[in-house]
Amino acid sequence: MTVRKNQATLTADEKRRFVDALLELKRSGRYDTFVTTHNAFIMGDTDDGDRVGHRSPSFLPWHRRFLLEFEAALKSVDPTVTLPYWDWTADRTSRSSLWAPDLLGGTGRARDGQVTDGPFARVGNRWPITVRVDGRDFLRRDLGAGGRQLPTRAEVDSVLAMETYDTAPWNSASDGFRNHLEGWRGVNLHNRVHVWVGGQMATGVSPNDPVFWLHHAFVDKLWADWQARHPGSAYLPAAGTRNVVDLHDTMRPWNDVTPADMLDHTPHYTFDTAA
Amino acid sequence: MSSITRRRALGVAAGAAGAVAVLAHAGPAGAAAPRAAADPASFDEVYQGRRIRGGPAHGGGHHGGHHGGGYAVTVDGRELHVMRNADGTWISVIHHYEPVATPRELARAAVRELRGAPLVPLALG
Repeated sequence: MTVRKNQATLTADEKRRFVDALLELKRSGRYDTFVTTHNAFIMGDTDDGDRVGHRSPSFLPWHRRFLLEFEAALKSVDPTVTLPYWDWTADRTSRSSLWAPDLLGGTGRARDGQVTDGPFARVGNRWPITVRVDGRDFLRRDLGAGGRQLPTRAEVDSVLAMETYDTAPWNSASDGFRNHLEGWRGVNLHNRVHVWVGGQMATGVSPNDPVFWLHHAFVDKLWADWQARHPGSAYLPAAGTRNVVDLHDTMRPWNDVTPADMLDHTPHYTFDTAA
Repeated sequence: MSSITRRRALGVAAGAAGAVAVLAHAGPAGAAAPRAAADPASFDEVYQGRRIRGGPAHGGGHHGGHHGGGYAVTVDGRELHVMRNADGTWISVIHHYEPVATPRELARAAVRELRGAPLVPLALG
């Protein structure tokens, strides 16, 4: 059974296996296909047009399926590996063990933002940035640049308290849980974390930084937490919405999975703490 | 290393999105005179040593499809993919999670983030 654990609780062996599986996916070329898919959706999803992966109700089920595919790829390398999550309300500084050299490595250096320690640093050449939007081929970060702050637990709780899953116009202007979690409106949770990390994480090719998966695994857990808190609240919209993935519509690029199929995470994995 | 254009990389996904966007603009809801009137002004300046330009995309051109923007921004002549949010704010492929008020601000922010690096069409290793 797959159990997704808080990254702060991983053993040294679990960290090593996770990192090794990431490096193997990268070496084989499979990793970059995930970056390409994400960027295609982030550039194609628009507020007034077709939208699937972002700025829409299917942001949460789309990323749940995307992470499941990625986790399956990791497992094909090492069956013991599962996706850890990063609770950025708790581990909220660049001194967190998340950013140590035995897991993700730290922030970028001042001159060019280049990450210089850990398994994904340019040294060793095991993590070339090949799917990119500018000329730089090395992983960059700027953790907490300009004094930016990660969301607090109280801010998360204020969003989890929202009863309605999503509202018309079903985009970045919406009220409701989904858009407040995504961050286009209100206290800003998910978007703000991308910006706090900086470097590629702030761009359309954000999965170039392995922290992408740990960030989204926690966003995914917050969806499960919200469901547990609001058992009477359903995914919306239910049907007949132009440009938007309704409950029983299939999602690109898989075309064989609907939001309804993704509502219950427990057939696929559980968390180390009760959702 | 081979490289392909963003448009080609978007492939099937963007084709479907573009078709829907075109239909939306052609329909009653897309009688978009207010939208056109609200388009931000063009700009052309040198910022931190780099030429940034912005303005309406040429009709039916590169920007007609995948994001429905109709506004193009370049840095040293190379396209910076930009998108307009429903509330009128803007994001780019360089700053995709942090909206700013205008395309000019977006272009300047991109120049600061690039630290001299050139924009490139989406490159696949």
